[in-house]
Amino acid sequence: MSRLGTIARRTFLIGSVAIAGGVAFGVYMARRPHPNPLAAGLAEGEATFNPWVKIDADGITLITPHSDVGQGVRHMQAMLIAEEMDLDPGQFTTDFGPPDPAYWNRAFSEEGAPFMSRDDSWGAETARTVVGYVVKIFGIQATGGSTAVADSFDKLREAGAVARETLKLAAAQRSGVPVANLTTAGAAVTLPDGTQIAYTDLAAEAAALDPVTDVTLRDPSEWRLIGKPQRRLDIVEKSTGTATYGIDLALDGMVHATVRFNPRQGGALNGYDASAAEAMRGVQKILPVTNGVAVIADNTWRAFQAADAIEYDWAEAPYPAEQDDHWAALSASFTEDRLDDEWRHEGDVPAALAAADPIEAEYRAPYVAHAPLEPLNALILVTDARVDIWAGHQIPRTVEDMVAGITGHDVADVHFHNQYAGGSFGHRLEFENIRYAAEIGAQMKDTPVKLTFSREEDFAHDYPRQIAMARGAGAVTDGAVTTYDLSIASPSPIASQMPRAGFPAPPGPDMQIVAGAWNMPYKIDNLRVRAYRAPELAPVSSWRSVGASHAGFFAEGFLDELIHAAGRDPLEARIGMCDYDVARKVLEAVGEMSNWGSELGAGRGRGVAFVSSFGTPTAEVVEVTATEDGIKIDRVFVAADVGRVVDPVNFENHVQGAVVWGLGHAMNCEITYADGMAEQSNYDWHEAMRLYQCPEIVVRGLENQPKIRGIGEPPVPPAAPALANAIFAATGQRLREMPFNKFVEFV
Amino acid sequence: MQLTVNGTTHEVDVEDDMPLLWVLRDVLGITGVKYGCGIAQCGACTVHIDGVAERSCQIAAADLDGPVTTIEGLGTPDALHAVQQAWIEHQVAQCGYCQSGQIMNAAAFLAETPDPTDDDIDDAMSGNLCRCGTYPRIRAAVKSAAASLRGA
Ligand code: FES
Ligand code: FES
Repeated sequence: MSRLGTIARRTFLIGSVAIAGGVAFGVYMARRPHPNPLAAGLAEGEATFNPWVKIDADGITLITPHSDVGQGVRHMQAMLIAEEMDLDPGQFTTDFGPPDPAYWNRAFSEEGAPFMSRDDSWGAETARTVVGYVVKIFGIQATGGSTAVADSFDKLREAGAVARETLKLAAAQRSGVPVANLTTAGAAVTLPDGTQIAYTDLAAEAAALDPVTDVTLRDPSEWRLIGKPQRRLDIVEKSTGTATYGIDLALDGMVHATVRFNPRQGGALNGYDASAAEAMRGVQKILPVTNGVAVIADNTWRAFQAADAIEYDWAEAPYPAEQDDHWAALSASFTEDRLDDEWRHEGDVPAALAAADPIEAEYRAPYVAHAPLEPLNALILVTDARVDIWAGHQIPRTVEDMVAGITGHDVADVHFHNQYAGGSFGHRLEFENIRYAAEIGAQMKDTPVKLTFSREEDFAHDYPRQIAMARGAGAVTDGAVTTYDLSIASPSPIASQMPRAGFPAPPGPDMQIVAGAWNMPYKIDNLRVRAYRAPELAPVSSWRSVGASHAGFFAEGFLDELIHAAGRDPLEARIGMCDYDVARKVLEAVGEMSNWGSELGAGRGRGVAFVSSFGTPTAEVVEVTATEDGIKIDRVFVAADVGRVVDPVNFENHVQGAVVWGLGHAMNCEITYADGMAEQSNYDWHEAMRLYQCPEIVVRGLENQPKIRGIGEPPVPPAAPALANAIFAATGQRLREMPFNKFVEFV
Repeated sequence: MQLTVNGTTHEVDVEDDMPLLWVLRDVLGITGVKYGCGIAQCGACTVHIDGVAERSCQIAAADLDGPVTTIEGLGTPDALHAVQQAWIEHQVAQCGYCQSGQIMNAAAFLAETPDPTDDDIDDAMSGNLCRCGTYPRIRAAVKSAAASLRGA
């Protein structure tokens, strides 16, 4: 299909989703703002100017609705408001806020539309606008897809500016001084004579005013906080054991629960014998739950012990029981009827391959677990009148919908209280803790129950990253890569995940199958990227960087093979083929940082990879040494362009963490199925990187691209191919399958 | 049985084989100590027993033979231990869930090894998993803490 035809069809698909989903309500509805949820519960003398700022005589509260799973977004959101409101740390408190449509995620439209992020054509921008309408009308409040900064950057600065100008207006009315002569600093309005009126002192008067919405945002040259190294608001509590996570909460009269449900995920529980468990100390109840049982006890350990003592008869898995059959399903998916989409085709690939002696290779990426360190948990209290549930979760409104559906309450009577999460990496987009807490709570009315998953139970239901396979074919001519053909088969992570969240699987192709591959910024005469949708196998879920975590590895590993065959330098060749300015600068930066081309010495090697995911072009160079004890990763250099680095300290920490994540899992992690169950049940079999293996990681943030982008996920995809390419440079051994420790030893 | 935690003695009625981790968290309500794996793989549950770093998920209540210090007893937001101070300076934490264990492990290690080499640090700190990947900052913070403890 022609490129224009492809675009038209995709736009149409998006359009039909949008119409089915509510754009039929009209542009008026799409433009109308959601009401401010803070306005409802205001006390006398309390003011709110928008859904993010609340103020009274006692203090200033900033609402930070994006979920903090460790990425520091509570801090980031507060700082964006504080920048414009002239607040300093210590002059406000923060609150995750009530789940509400007003907190819909503006940035979802960027990745939700099936266009390259660099594409600013009419078709692409229209599709983004339409997707944005759907997200807004449905009030989709979610943290994910590396969108928190992109969603917040303008919105929260505006919220801060509106609050500031409204408080200035209140001060003008009180003092008789025109607004133009007033300034603000340190949570106060300053009069020309130097008198300061604290914002808190103005709250009651500001409450009576209509918010001033015609505001001008500060020029970047005036920023006090943005772009400067900052001290995270949560750093003291997270260094003193005083931060409270969902798993730490307690209420008076609380009991403890754990669950066991069929580790053959989705399979039923045929029967069980709990007679031994019932007699154990502290065990209060054994309750039926979907496909399993819950144990209620007076502490977590006793609940775990009792759950271990129950004998279960689990039904078969609704997917192939053995891992080999999962691979076989992928292998059989490269067929015409499984073609999900031909995402890109330039030149004439079939003709070029027919005329050449093609270079061919097959690549694989396994299932991998998220396994954040805080196991799944939730605290719930169900009464006749209402439900309160506390947990760390990334889709708060869906939590409330789901609980209401289980307990039978009106959703307005379900109150979700979001918590700090001990990591997520995509795990807290799933709902097992929520669902089971609700099922238990409904059977334990008036008693607070804290549900904690054992680590093993958490692993059994991790909903790992999708498995994927790629077939590459290519040709080189006269020292140049002239043909590049990549076909990727995987189950759709989105189709697996969405129904569990209560949403229909979206129609049309799943871009995640080829994310990070189809959008490679290279001009190659004959270039084709195709996605094949494998049948759904084990249930899978978004894993930090989602599709790009496999597709980026395939794309950049295979490209490296072709560049090598062409006899070219891996970095020079990439820069030479690069047709996107922003991407080229990222490649050039990482070359300069790593002193690419300098002599490394015997047994050492460098590899480079570039992947753009979530709109952030990211390049990495990995340096390794082949030692007698195995491969040692010495250093990693990372350059990424996010348009604007909001906090350089957190930026660096995040990039380093993402590199550790990408390398560690590429080195030694996989989830495999036997007898329908994941064979890895704890960190001893799914270790990822430990400190002694961690290389030095040098980071540079670039600011050349026009849009603000996220950094939570984009440094993950290039890590694996850069490592594989470095190992090839050092040893001559090509790694085409993760985890790499199946083929090489690591120190 | 009796146990002393952060200087306070408690009387608890628990099974002999109940891990110290759960006695601390669920019986005494001391939650700075974290559950991550339960099988000695992650180190999130690290406490000091008589000054030695131990994995509280592996210590049966009946085997406890000394006073316990948890992160809450090491230092507080108003009176930070040098290791916590360094952790704050270097802004180590992301989700922070592993950091109680990391800090307790580092504090015990530096008490024994005041002037560690890079290899010493790698050896001592590699039993503690950080899923968020804060290792580069952990290394830097351990070095700063060592220097400040030596200077103090
Ligand atoms: S919980 Fe004790 S080592 Fe993981
Ligand atoms: S900071 Fe999240 S596990 Fe270490």
